[in-house]
Amino acid sequence: MNKDLAKNLAPGHSACAGCAFPSIVRTILGEATTPVVISNATGCLEVTSTIYPYTAWNVPYIHSAFENAAATISGVERAYLAMRKKGKIKKKIKFVAFGGDGGTYDIGLQALSGALERGHNFLYVVYDNGGYMNTGNQRSSATPYGAGTETTPVGDESFGKVEMRKNLMGIVAAHNIPYAAQANIANLADLKMKAKKALAVDGPSFLTVFSPCTNNWKFPTSQYVAIAKLATETNFWPLYEIENGKYKLSWEPKTIKPVTEFLKTQGRFKHLFLPKNKLILGKIQKIVNDEFARIASLCGL
Amino acid sequence: MLIKDKKKLALTGGYAAAYALKQIEPDVMPIYPITPQTPIIETYAKFVADGEVETEMIEVESEHSAMSAAIGASAAGARTATATSSQGLAYMHEMLYIASGMRLPILMVVAARALSAPLSIHGDHSDVMGSRDAGWVQIFCENPQEVYDKTIIGMKLAERVGLPVMVIMDGFNTSHSVENLEILDAKIVKKFVGEYAPEKSLLDIENPVTYGPVALQESYFEFKIDQEVAMATVAEEYKKIAKEYAEISGRKYALFEEYDLEGAEKVLVLIGSVAGTAKDAIDVLRKKDQKVGLLKIELFRPFLFSEIAIALKNAKEIIVMDRAQSIGSHPPLYSEIMVSLQNASNTKVSSIVYGLGGRDVFKKQIEQILEGRFREKYLS
Repeated sequence: MNKDLAKNLAPGHSACAGCAFPSIVRTILGEATTPVVISNATGCLEVTSTIYPYTAWNVPYIHSAFENAAATISGVERAYLAMRKKGKIKKKIKFVAFGGDGGTYDIGLQALSGALERGHNFLYVVYDNGGYMNTGNQRSSATPYGAGTETTPVGDESFGKVEMRKNLMGIVAAHNIPYAAQANIANLADLKMKAKKALAVDGPSFLTVFSPCTNNWKFPTSQYVAIAKLATETNFWPLYEIENGKYKLSWEPKTIKPVTEFLKTQGRFKHLFLPKNKLILGKIQKIVNDEFARIASLCGL
Repeated sequence: MLIKDKKKLALTGGYAAAYALKQIEPDVMPIYPITPQTPIIETYAKFVADGEVETEMIEVESEHSAMSAAIGASAAGARTATATSSQGLAYMHEMLYIASGMRLPILMVVAARALSAPLSIHGDHSDVMGSRDAGWVQIFCENPQEVYDKTIIGMKLAERVGLPVMVIMDGFNTSHSVENLEILDAKIVKKFVGEYAPEKSLLDIENPVTYGPVALQESYFEFKIDQEVAMATVAEEYKKIAKEYAEISGRKYALFEEYDLEGAEKVLVLIGSVAGTAKDAIDVLRKKDQKVGLLKIELFRPFLFSEIAIALKNAKEIIVMDRAQSIGSHPPLYSEIMVSLQNASNTKVSSIVYGLGGRDVFKKQIEQILEGRFREKYLS
């Protein structure tokens, strides 16, 4: 293990082999130029990194509950301002919150909105694995259309989730924060660039990072980067930034692969390849095309 | 605000709390409005706006976030306070346990109010009784003077014992009623509460600490026992701090208040603002040579079973008045008193529930209770 990579989140955590978030966390925090303090929503990242009496965190860290990583870091950040005012602390510190999609798109949305609106100096990172993976793969508002989960199981009358993903980037952008971006661990240089920009903001910033889940998406542990790469190559997960309200596409594939290339790598979409679900595959391709067209249009393309 | 003389002010309970908080000057105060707590946070916001305090106020978007931000701030080493009522306290219920489980000395002033449904904005103790098992110290106040004093005592107590503290007043009866009270010089209060210097802090970058880990079967139990051990130190520390406070204020607080308890055969046990009415009723009956008295609970958590049993040992009949229910069981204070008196088999103990949703209680009614002329379960 590269010591520099592990300086914030050490090895010895118990995340699954083939889980994306350890490298997401390390890559993002690796771009910090000041000390950081972390707040973390309940979820896989939290339970695998802080089993008492051990901790994988080499930086100050707080987990309080599921829905409130943004509210908790608000208090930490204002405590810092109070201490600075009194001259008790001189160092610059950046505050970073991590949450999964359940803790961000769903139960943590109110706390996130409040903290963004109040303008705290923090970066919020959602590692988006499209469901409640810590509790064993239940549907969230980030779960893709057609995915089979434990609460949207596939059956004779069901092809999985029937709703589209929530447009969280749009919701975050509506808070008019200085910087928000969608990124992917498979596009490392792009993720680093976005982390650097987001951490440099003096105020709220937001990153949503694609986080393949080997257990519940059902793919071999060696494949998380390859699958993440396909997500972007098929336009399922476009990379873009919203900087001071301006949308900018970070990367555009020269030839767009069909979304089935991405879907066929994962057990959660396996049922869609049955002849009876042919129309569903067509609908997913249309959702991906429309969503990319919408983002491209916002980018002025 | 009417200034009668240098030290005496006519204040509501809400204003008294804000005034005490101003003199404490917490580093961070997350706030979210709810009736009847609003005068506390509005008054404090004006202190901030006028530059009288340097507190970082966080105008959060919910009570859940208020307690979450308080937890973050306190874990970051800041002296932290907030205030709430009713649905707000219920909404932060999850976070109450996390604040106490992390042993964070947060001070929260509560203007106690009924819980929905149906909606009532008026006073009772349903909200605070609902959080009696959350690991917080609970100190009840009778009037604005006690609110002022116990807010200051409560802050010091929280930091001394490493537990969060609720200072509780009756919504409207106390929070919105004006009384003359004595306040202390700001410098004296500042010196009394002292500097807050926690051992650990999230802002200590050189010594990183992890707050809120996962505790599995072999460690969770011990954390919970430790909270009970800390709670067991509260009564002694409260007495010590109250003694120090008496030295600067001249006002003496004990673990509970005994009013005409000596020689009393018939005793009322109750909590909060109704004590004022009860004392008046007792005065009337004592003039008629009736042997009646009052035990006013001040600390509800921890509950001081053996001390209370000793204080009540000569009573022949006890009437416990609760301003809350425990639907499907006995009212909360009555249950605690029954446990306190488990070895006093000759004492007759009865229960009356009063004042739910702001229902008034009159002196005449308490006289009737003490004279045995009222025997219902509900004083409704």
